[in-house]
Order: sequence, then structure tokens, then C-alpha cells
Amino acid sequence: MRISLTWLRDFVDLPESPEELRGVLDDLGLVVEGIERVGEGLEDVVVARVEQIAAIPGADRIRRVVVEAGDGPLEIVCGAWNFHEGDRVPLAPVGAVLPGGFAIARRTMRGVTSNGMLCSGRELGLSDDQSGLLVLNDQPGAEPGRRLVEVLGLAPDVVFDVSVEGNRPDAWCVEGVARDLAVRLARPLRAPRLASPRGAVATAAVAGARIEAPDLCGRLTVSVLRHVRVAPSPAWVVERLRAAGMRPISNVVDASNLVMLELGQPTHPYDRARVAGATLGARRARAGEALTTLDGVERRLATPGRGLGDTGEDCVIVDGEDRVLGLAGIMGGAASEITEATTEVLLEAACFDPMAIARSSKRHGLRTEASARFERGVDPTLALRAVARLVAVLEESSPGLEWLAEPLDVTGDLPEVPTLTLAARDVADLLGTTIAADEVRRLLSGLDFAVEGDDPFVVRPPARRLDVRAGLEGRADLIEEVARLHGYGRLARRVPSWPEVGGLTDRQRMRRRLRDAAVALGALEVWTPTLVAPGEHALVEVGPPVAVANPLSAEESVLRGTCVTGVARAWLRNLERGRGDVALFEVGTVFTHPEVAAHPRRTRGGVGGASEVDLPEEGERLTLVLGRPHDDAVAATVLARALLGRLALADVVVRALADAPPGVHPTRAAALVDRASGARLGVVGEVDPALVAALAGGEAPRRAGLVELDLDALCDPARATPAPRTIRVPSRFPSAVIDLAFVAPDALNAQDLAHALTTTDERVESVALFDVYRGGAVPSGSRSLAFTVRLSSPERTLDEREVAQLREALIESGRALGASLR
Amino acid sequence: MSDDRNDLATLAEDLVNRVHALASLDALREAEASLVGRRSPFAEAQRALGALGEEERRTRGAALQEARRRVEGELEARRALLAAEERRRALEADRLDLGDVVDAAVRLPVAVGHGGLIAATQRELEDVFVAMGFTVEEGPEVESDWYNFEALNMPPAHPARGLWDTLYVDLGAPETVVLRTHTSPTQIHLMERATAGGTLPIHSVMPGRCYRRDTPDARHLVAFHQIEGLVVAEGITFADLAGTIESFTAAYFGPSITSRLRPGFFPFTEPSAEFEVTCTVCRGAGCRTCSMTGWVELGGCGMVDPAVLAAVGIDPERYHGFAFGFGIDRCAMMRYEIADLRALTENDVRFVEQFS
Repeated sequence: MRISLTWLRDFVDLPESPEELRGVLDDLGLVVEGIERVGEGLEDVVVARVEQIAAIPGADRIRRVVVEAGDGPLEIVCGAWNFHEGDRVPLAPVGAVLPGGFAIARRTMRGVTSNGMLCSGRELGLSDDQSGLLVLNDQPGAEPGRRLVEVLGLAPDVVFDVSVEGNRPDAWCVEGVARDLAVRLARPLRAPRLASPRGAVATAAVAGARIEAPDLCGRLTVSVLRHVRVAPSPAWVVERLRAAGMRPISNVVDASNLVMLELGQPTHPYDRARVAGATLGARRARAGEALTTLDGVERRLATPGRGLGDTGEDCVIVDGEDRVLGLAGIMGGAASEITEATTEVLLEAACFDPMAIARSSKRHGLRTEASARFERGVDPTLALRAVARLVAVLEESSPGLEWLAEPLDVTGDLPEVPTLTLAARDVADLLGTTIAADEVRRLLSGLDFAVEGDDPFVVRPPARRLDVRAGLEGRADLIEEVARLHGYGRLARRVPSWPEVGGLTDRQRMRRRLRDAAVALGALEVWTPTLVAPGEHALVEVGPPVAVANPLSAEESVLRGTCVTGVARAWLRNLERGRGDVALFEVGTVFTHPEVAAHPRRTRGGVGGASEVDLPEEGERLTLVLGRPHDDAVAATVLARALLGRLALADVVVRALADAPPGVHPTRAAALVDRASGARLGVVGEVDPALVAALAGGEAPRRAGLVELDLDALCDPARATPAPRTIRVPSRFPSAVIDLAFVAPDALNAQDLAHALTTTDERVESVALFDVYRGGAVPSGSRSLAFTVRLSSPERTLDEREVAQLREALIESGRALGASLR
Repeated sequence: MSDDRNDLATLAEDLVNRVHALASLDALREAEASLVGRRSPFAEAQRALGALGEEERRTRGAALQEARRRVEGELEARRALLAAEERRRALEADRLDLGDVVDAAVRLPVAVGHGGLIAATQRELEDVFVAMGFTVEEGPEVESDWYNFEALNMPPAHPARGLWDTLYVDLGAPETVVLRTHTSPTQIHLMERATAGGTLPIHSVMPGRCYRRDTPDARHLVAFHQIEGLVVAEGITFADLAGTIESFTAAYFGPSITSRLRPGFFPFTEPSAEFEVTCTVCRGAGCRTCSMTGWVELGGCGMVDPAVLAAVGIDPERYHGFAFGFGIDRCAMMRYEIADLRALTENDVRFVEQFS
């Protein structure tokens, strides 16, 4: 909200500098987002009379103009064409600095010296008009040499751009901001000048008002203004509207806008002659009704929208023949608009149910200054005071105006004003700062809260404070007001402590360990988008996509079902930049549509959380792409085993995989299986070359190793069996090292064989596969697996006999699995 | 004329047979032009149309089109089939048994690794709060409208929802499922669990990814990361909130950085506040980053609204709570002076390698 300092000063004395006021306003929660100075830089601008206009030889866009500005003729070069000899126009003499910091200097163009600049409204910051000079002929007192600011009655002003929070509709106007300042600065708040209804005729004799939907319209007042002369507004009104960012239209509309900005009450003037029966009614729109609003758009009313719980309810204003005149509280229709011919005005000042306005405004995509105020909540007692102010403003430009006596005032369901109890103790309990009971009373009373009794107080908020609720919530609302006016900066601080210790969950610790392990093994962590294009999602078959209903772009319209695509793409982009020699990983969420999810999440949903809704399954994966030249499934397997080795798991085996998951090379993939539980913890292999080719837009440039671990499985001890907590101290005695080569059928997993060797005897220290050989004397369907086995005992150096016995036992273990010593 | 149709049908039949006989993708690519392309009988027949009368040209043209489509359809089907076969063959030739991998075959580590900046920032923040006695909790990214809004005191169409530009998910009735716009729904899950399990008090922080429907720019991404704190216990006050924020600020940004609160509005807290910290660029002296104020806004906070506590079954007479939340990405931006957040999602190795 743009609000000028001059306007604020109408309501409260503010000798402070704009910067000081900014601090006060910020501290009140009325955050100043910007300060703009208007009307400055015009001090040196004077009125000049055009004496002579002449062409400059060789120039067709500029002319030589001689003006009289009180000190004798001055020669000026000017590029505007909208003026004649004898016209009076603004002159910025040499040395003047215009708004925006533009300094006027003596210049010579085409041999003609220009001793200043004749100005447009835009150059002076007075209007948007830059089509020509600002012609001042109609301005009384525009004599050559007089200062422009005096002629136009301009005073330099400061405009604050104040951001008013959603719970402070009462502060969304000049008076509201002034009220907060007055209380904070302990100064009186002045009331604006108000008019009174007069005239012998009572309003009811010539106009009507009725509410047919009391739940939607809390109050409807109808006033009749007679002898209205539609004309331009006085300068001060125009200035204030402009400072607030509104365009002046005519005195009636301007007065309506001014009052809305000043007091927060939107009003709607109708041409009385164009409203049947001079009667306004508020009712629900009926199915099939339509209205063409002032913006020229035809709106179908009472049509349910997409929004959750939206029934299509619209509140409309109708005339005496029940025809729809406007969308209540949002926008009027074109048919009853004020025109220059209007002489009698039917003025609506009302209040509506905030939620009803919010719904209609959202559904029709129509947000106006009025709707924005009504949906936050307008003071239900403000209507006639706002009309009194409007009439007082309008009278200045429409002398003889008559506001008929006894304006109509009908009420519907008005919001109940809660009665609250508040003790200074409550304030201290919630804030942790003791504020004296007297001070609590002073602060609340200043905002027109009725504070009765002696601590504890009985408090009733003023009608405008629709944000203050009943019960405990209302008490919190009151305490916020006390804290705000007291000053958040003055509230106590205390670092709390509690006996419970903080910490991470097992899952979070597992995730950190995994990340650290990936980094320790040399991988770089990336962050790829969770929202992807449908085409990208379709590259990997993970079921129907979870789609966004209102995406910003198709590129970000479905939730990813895998991280493989994203990490592979990140690798390819780095490869294009010549930096594909890396391992990249991401720990991220993948989404599975509830229709195909193993465990869809059923949760509370719908209006009021009264129904249930199935949400996608969210899984967490570590996805690592190994992209150095020659990196392949083998490298990925070695890396995966090293990675898992850091996770304190009992034993994970790399097992052949009948059907690789989508995105993974189908014949170069294996499952990472927990030996004890048999659960699959992840997959290792290569990125499917078809996926790489699709992402690269051609052939796959090279192989890329892939490790994918399922954090949900890794964090489940029933699936990922933890290693025993005990740590074996290595023997002090030297180990015996023997090599054993077995001929093993292809069906025998090398790691199963290694496991059998390892568990043969507790003196087996380690078993490591060091060679795989096919062909030669090894029969087909088998291969030779050569292991290095280290043997040791904590008690002594093993002698030859013991080593020989152990060797026999190891050979026997292999034989039991079908492997024979080569 | 029916003869013409017949000879076109015969021609098509003949070409389809030739398509079926193609044994490889190479052969198919080679034959394509002579089957449906420039050198095909169709092209010839097409040229011959010009000599016919208008009526005849239309009829024969349509028949020609139909025959050509049939062959083209068969050709595409054959192409897909051959491609699948060739892929199958290539994959078969590529087959590798990973059970026999020799660990010594690959030298590890593959390089010097680096963690992601956001993940690292999140961890640092978590560590600060863990040291202050907080646990770390998490929640889902796809939420029902109820958890994201209504349980937080924002019924449907509530104007305060305008504070968040929401991405809705196409599930259930329109606008019932959202990509969470903030981490606050996790508060609700947490309080519900605490009520059900009798595990009050709560002292937790909740980091996570959130989404907004907002055109990305240097300071905003569609997906962003937030961390939220919640304390619910007896005797908790606004002073505890202010003190917690102050200690966190000093612990994370350094002892010369302080915080201040000013009134704000969130539907789920009352009183509410925005919190600002000393500008880390100018250390409070005033600069462009902080619009000469010496302060930069970091996040929002407040005392949990009694209505929110009551909705999850916590007695608001007995318990008070405070909550706060701020952007993890923003902290990273401030600390590392990153001018454009979009660099984070580029995943350029040269960028990632600078993180420690």
C-alpha cells in the first residue's frame, strides 16, 4: 500500500524524518518496502509564456522557442509540438535538477543555445503524459516567472510503500496506519472531516435496500446524493490518488477511491437514473445468471469452480427488478456506471462475508482493490462513516450536493464481537516478558479495544478487528497486539534448555554415512530436478507419472520416478564440457503413483480433512553414475561393495538378476542382496545404453557404471542386517597366506564360495578373489576362481601342520558347494 | 477403376512381403527409399496422377495414399521389431556376470569427492540445532491440502493461502493434493504422532524440499529447501523463541551476527514475527544487499496458534509452542556469496568441486 506522509499527518503529528518513521513502522509490523520522494526537484521550475516559435534551419524535430519567464526573453530549443505562441508552460532553467536527478545545463544544438528546458508532465513527475509540454493556460495564477509549485499547490511529499499483513485489514488504510503510529508514539489521533445527511426528503422515500442473503452480506447501506456535478477532482484529491498509485477519473469515483484508501471502506456509486426502482439488493446468484463486469468480461455466475470445496456461490447486487448489477464487493456491471451526465448517485457502502468474496474472486480470476479488502474483512460498522467522509470530499468539487436524510442501513449476519479475558499474567506466560497491567490497558485502549475491570481485564475488540478471535485464540491475538505495540525489540530473550538430548534418527545417520562414503570414494554430489518433463519420465518405465495439475511449464510437470535419468543427464552435460571423468551421485526422493505403489500413503484430505486421499509412495535412493573412461559394471560393482562396506552391514552379496530394473543395462546388472534376509538393497551395473543414447540425442558416448541403493531397505534392520558390534583385534602373530583356485560351476556365486571359505574356521582371517579364468583345461559351464586366503591365530604362529589342516578344511568347504580344487 | 484399386492392393501386398523379408536394420534403411520413398512404385504412381481427370485423380490418389500408408505402417513395425532384436542381440553379446568381480580390478577412491552445497548446508544447520538439543524429523513432499493448509489454520480459499503459489498434484478431487509449499505440514504429522504416542514435549527441526509455482530467478527456484523448528512444551514463551533464534544465529553465522524480530503474520502462529539477521556482507554497516538497513530477512517464526495445537489434540492451556522456519538455500547463498541460485542445479563439476 502506497501512502503519503502528508496524508498520514492529517491524522497524527509526525515531526519525525521519513527514515525514523520507517523504523517505527517496521517495528509495528507495517513493513516499509520502499520510500519514494515526490514533488521534489520542482522548486526551480517556473511558469514561462511562449513569445515566439521559429524553425531551426536543417532541423525538423526541434524548434527555437523564445519564452518570457519574468527576467526577459530566453532562447530555448524544444522538441515538443503541442503548444502555440502565448501558451504558458513549465520551464526548468539552467541549474535546475529535475526529479530523477536530471540536471539542466546550457546546451547548443544546431547553432542555437538552449537556456533551459520546457517540460512535459512526465518529466516533472506530475503525470504519465509525455506527448507534449504541460500546458498551464487553464491554471489560475500561472503568470510568467511564478514558481510552478506555488501555482499548482504542490508540496514535496514522501510516499511509503507499506506492506500490510493479511491479519491487519484494519491497518490497510491511512487512518489505520496513523492509528498504530498514534498509539506507539502516544499522540492523539485526529478524525477526518465528515459531512452529515440533510434535506427534507428521507432516503426511504426515493430508494430501497434489502438483503436476501444475510450470511453473505452483513450490512448494506444505500445513500442518495442529489445535485451531483460530475467534474474533475480538486488538486489535493488527484495528488493523493496519484501518490497511492491510482488514476484520477472523476470527482465521484475519485472520492470513492479516496475514502477506500483513507478509511478502508470500499463504496460503489451507481447512476441512480440507471438503477431500476432506485433499489439495491444483495442476494445469491442463481444458476444460469450472467453479468458483464466493468472490465467488459461476461461472467457466468453460480458456476462451481475447481477450488477445493468451491460450490460456485456468488453474492450479487441486484436492482429493484431483481436484475444483476454487479458482483458484490468485487466489481460492478457496466450498465449502471457513473457518467458525465449523472446528477443523482445511489451510493452503496456494504460489507460482505470475507470467505465468500475470496471464493468468488478466485473463481472469476478477478481481484480488485475492493475484493482484496472485503476478503480480508472490512469493519462492519464503517459504512456510513465512510459515506460521510465521501460526501465531505465530494462537496468541494460539487457544491450544493445533497445527501438525503436517514440513509438506508439494513443488516444481515454480522460477525460476533468476542468478549475475552486477559490478565497481565497471561501476557507474561506467553511472551516471557512482564508488561505492567496498566501498560496492557493503555496499549489496547489506544487501539479502541474496550478494556474493563482490573487485571484480569474483560476485553472487547473494536468491530474493525475482525482478526481477533474468541477464546484462547483471541487471547493470543490480544497478546500479539500488546507485544507489537510494546515493541518486539524490547521483549526478553532466554535460551531454553530441556533434559531431552537432541540427535539424529537411525535413518538420518545412515543417510549421512552413505553420503560420506560416496564422497570418500571420490564421488561428487549433485542435485537434479524432482520435477521433470513427461518425455523424460517416460524414458524409464516406472509406471504412470505423478503429474502436476498446474505446472509452470511442461518441462517441470511430473514428479520423477527415478534419479538415474537426472544423474545420467548431469554426467552427460559435464561430459560435453569435457569433464565427464567423474563419479556423480544424488541422494533423492523418487515418486511412485499410488495406483502402482506397493505402499501408497493414505492420509487425511478433502475439506476439513474429513475424507481420505491416496498419495504417491516416496522412496529415497542413492544413485551413483560412474563416468570415467573405461568405467563399467565391474567398476560400479567394486565401488558398490566398497560403499556398502562402510555401512556396518553384516554381508551383502552381488547376485545375478533375472530382470534388471528399468534404466539399468539389462544384461550387465546385478542385485545387491542382504545375505541373511535375502532382501534386495540395491542394484549395480551400467546405465541402460538406450537411456544414455536418448539423453545424448544419438549414440551413447560410452559406458557408464551405475550404483543404485534403496535407502528405505538400508534403513530397515529387518532387511539390511547390521554387522555384529564386536570388532576383532588382529593377531599379533604373522598370518599364513595361501592361494586356492577352484573350478566352480557358473551357477555358484563367487561370493557365496568366498563366504563358505571365510566361515570354515575362525582362524580364517580374510578371503579375497584375485583371479577368474575360463577356457583351457576348465570345462565349459565352469570357471576357475582363485582366492587368496589369510590364516592366523590370536595365540600363536600357525605351524605347517595347522595350515595344511586348514587348507584341507577350506577345500572341503568348496567341495560342499560343488567347487573342486583346480 | 476397380482394377486400379486391385493393382494397388497387389502392389502393396508385394511390398509388405518385401518388408517382412528384411532381416536387419541396415537392410531396412537401404530398402526404405525403394519401398515407400523416392524410388518406390508409389512415387511413380503419384507422378502418373497428373495425367488423369480430376475425379479419377482424386479416387486413385486416395487409394494410392491408403496403400502407401499400409506399407509404411508395416515398415515401421518391422523397424521396431528389428531394433528390438538387434538390441537384444547386442545386450546378449554384452552380458557380464558381476558375481565374479575381483575387487582389486578397480582402484579406489576414484577421485577426491565433494558433497553437495545444499546437503552440506543442511547438515551444518542440523548439527547446530542438534547441539542445542533438537531432534531432526522429516516428512513427505507430496501432501494433502489438509496437512499443507487446513490443519495450519488455512481453510480452502483462505486469503492467507495467497502467500504461497501452490503446485497442485493431479490426484483425487481437484486441488486436494499439493507439493508442499513449506515444511510446516511436517509439524502437524509430528504433533499428531506425539499426541498418539504420548511423546510430548517436542523439540525438533524439520528440513526438507518444498515447491512453489513461481518463475525461477536468481533468488528463487521452483524447488527449494527449508528448515523448520518446533518446540512444544509446558512453560515455553516467546522469550525462548527469541533466545533460540539468537543462539542459532551466532552459532551458525558467527558471533558478530545478531538477530532481531519484528511483527509478522502467519496463520499458524500467534504472535508471529519475521526474523532478520545482521547483513553478512557488510556486517551491519549498510550495503546494497541489505538495502542499507544492515539487516537481511531470514525467516518467519511465532508462538504456535492455540487453534493449531487444539486441532492435533494438544491442550493449548497446558502447552505452549514456538515454531520458526527459514530457507536452507538462502543460508548457503549468504554464506558462500552465491549470486544466482540456479548455479546449484547446473551440477557443473567445476562448481561442485569447490565445496568442502
